[in-house]
Amino acid sequence: MTVAESTTMAIEAVDLTRIYGSGNTEVVAMREATMTVRQGEVVALLGPSGAGKSTFLSAVGLINPPTSGQIRIRGQLVLDGETAHADLRSFRRRHIGFIFQKSNLIPFLTAAENIQIAMQLNGDSSGYARRRAVELMEYLGVADRADNFPSMLSGGQQQRIAVARALANRPSVILADEPTAALDGHRGRQVMELFARVAHEQGAGVIVVTHDHRALDVFDTIYEMEDGLLRQHTEHAAVLSSGSN
Amino acid sequence: MNLATKDIRHNFGRFALTAVGIGMLLMVVMGMGGIYRGVVEDATLLIDRVGADLWIVQRNTRGPFAELSRVPPNLVFRAAAVPGVISSREFVYHTIQRERDGKPLRIAVLGLSWPTDKAEWVPLTAGRPLAQAHFEMIADRSLGLAVGEQIPLGKDTYTVVGTTSNMISSSGDGLAFLTVSDAQTIQFDVSGEAVRLERAAREARGREFELVIQQPALLENAGRPSQQLPAVARPQVSAVMVSLVPDADLNSVVDTISGWGDVSVFTREGQRELLLRGSVEKVRRQIGLFRVLLTVIAAIIMALILYTLTLDKIHSIALLKLIGAPNTTILGMIMQQALILGSVGFAIAWLVGQKLFPLFPRRVILADADLIQLAGIVLGISVLASLLGIWKAMKVSPNEALS
Repeated sequence: MTVAESTTMAIEAVDLTRIYGSGNTEVVAMREATMTVRQGEVVALLGPSGAGKSTFLSAVGLINPPTSGQIRIRGQLVLDGETAHADLRSFRRRHIGFIFQKSNLIPFLTAAENIQIAMQLNGDSSGYARRRAVELMEYLGVADRADNFPSMLSGGQQQRIAVARALANRPSVILADEPTAALDGHRGRQVMELFARVAHEQGAGVIVVTHDHRALDVFDTIYEMEDGLLRQHTEHAAVLSSGSN
Repeated sequence: MNLATKDIRHNFGRFALTAVGIGMLLMVVMGMGGIYRGVVEDATLLIDRVGADLWIVQRNTRGPFAELSRVPPNLVFRAAAVPGVISSREFVYHTIQRERDGKPLRIAVLGLSWPTDKAEWVPLTAGRPLAQAHFEMIADRSLGLAVGEQIPLGKDTYTVVGTTSNMISSSGDGLAFLTVSDAQTIQFDVSGEAVRLERAAREARGREFELVIQQPALLENAGRPSQQLPAVARPQVSAVMVSLVPDADLNSVVDTISGWGDVSVFTREGQRELLLRGSVEKVRRQIGLFRVLLTVIAAIIMALILYTLTLDKIHSIALLKLIGAPNTTILGMIMQQALILGSVGFAIAWLVGQKLFPLFPRRVILADADLIQLAGIVLGISVLASLLGIWKAMKVSPNEALS
C-alpha cells in the first residue's frame, strides 16, 4: 500500500490546545495543532526541546487529553477536548502502538513475552500471541533472541522488540518518540526504514518525533513544532537540505 | 501470562531472601503462639493426666498448683468414705532446686500415694513405673536424668527407674514422680544440727511448763524424734485427689465435701480454670499481646517490602498502563505477589519452626487450629500489606513510561 492509494485516515487531530495551570501561571504548551495521518503514511515531527512535541504525542496517544480540540482515530471521535468518547485505555490497547527513545521493555519478561503481553492484554490466547510474536520477530530479524531478557539484548535488538510490540495488535497508529536517539546513525536509519516498511506494508499511520535529520528522506510528510505551534513542511527537500547543513 | 510469577522468577534471589526474612518473622509469630499453647498445655498437663475427678485442697486456697496448700493426710480416709467415691489419693507437690554437675537443677517433685498410685498412668519413654515405696523416682527427660542414674536428694539417694517426655510443671520445671513419703522426706529434710537444735528448743520450752516440773520424764520424750511424738502432727499433704464411681452424682459429692470446714473442693474443670485464670493468666496475656504486636509488625514490614517491590516496578507498571493494561491486571500482579510472599513465608516459618522449636527449653506446641488461624492472618495481612503498593501503582501515570 502507498500513501497515494490510501484514503482512510489513521488519525485526525484537529485544533489541539493544551494549557497547563491558570491565571498568571498559565502555560500554553500546544496551540491549535492540527495533523492528519493517512493509513500507511509516515510522518516526522521535528522541533527543539520544549516545543510541545511530547505534549502533542501524549494527546494523540490518548494519555493526556488536550484542553480543547478533537481526536479521531479511524474516523471515530475518541476525544473532544477533555471529554472521552471511549474507554481510553482500551482504545489505546487496540489502536495505538508506542515506541520510545529507550526501548522501554518490561525487564522481567523475555523478548517474546514483551510482545505477547500486548496481545494477551487485548484478549488473544497465549498460543496465538506466541505465534504472532515469533512471526513479528522473524519479520524484524530478531527471532533468535525470543527467549532472552531485555538486559541480554543490544540497543538495536531491544528497539526492534519494541517495534514488534507496537505492531502486535495491528494498530491504526504508531507513535514513536525519538526512537533512534540511543542508536548510531546506521542503526538509526535502519529503524526509520523499518517504520516506513511496516507503515506501508501493514497500513498503520506512523508519527515519529525525531531530531535526526539524516533519515528524513524516509518520511512521507514532515511537520515541525515550535512554541506549541504545529506546521507542515510543504517543501520536503528544503528540510532535508537544512538537516544536512 | 502471569506477571507476578514472571517477576518473581526474574528476581528470584531477591524474592527468596525477602521470603526468608518474612518467614523468619512469621516463625517468631508462630513460635509465640506455640509458646503460649505450650504454657497452657504444661499448666494443665498434670490435671489432665492425673485424671482425678475432684481435688480437695486447703480451705480458701486455690490448690497446690496456684498456691501453698496443706491438708492432713488422714483426709484421704474421710474422702474415701463419701458415697460415690471409688478412691482417694494423697498428692504432694513442691519445687526444689539442687546443684548437679555444677549447674542448678530445678525439680517439680510430685508425691504419689503409694501403693494405690504407682505412676502407671504416667506415659513413660523408658523404664518402668515405681515398684517400691522408697528411693525410686520417675524423671522427665528435661531434667537430664536417664534410667539407672542416681541422684542424692536430702539424706537419701534416689534411682531413676523411668523417664517421661514433656512432663513439666506450669513454671517449666521437669517433673519427678516419687512416693508421697519420699516427696515429704525431701520437702521436710533438715540437717542433723537443725534437728538437735529443735530438740533442745523443745526441752527448753518444756522446762517452763508446770506439767514437766511435776513429771520430769516428759522432758526425755520431748527430745525424741518428732514422728514419735503424738503432739506433733504428721507432715501434711498438698491435696487429696478423688475418683468417683462412673455413675456417681458429682454435685452431690462436691456438696458433701464442701460442707467440711477445713477444706475446699474443685472439680477437674474448676481446677483447670483456676490455673489458667491464676498463675498462667499473666504469662498467657503477655505472650498473647506480644503475639498481636509481632503480627502488626509483620504486617507493617510486609507492607513496606511490597511497597518497595512495587516502587521497583513503577516504570513497568506505567508501561503496562500505556500499552493498555487494565487496572485489574496490575492490581492482580501486586496482590498475587503479596499472597505468594505470605504463603511462602508461612511455609518457611513452619518448616524452620519444625526444626528449631524442639531446641527451645520450654515446649512450643504448634496446634493445627493455631496454624490455620495464623495462615488466615497471614493471608489477611498479605492482602492488607499489598494495598499500599496497589495505591501507589494506581497513582502511576502512563506518562512516566514516556519520561
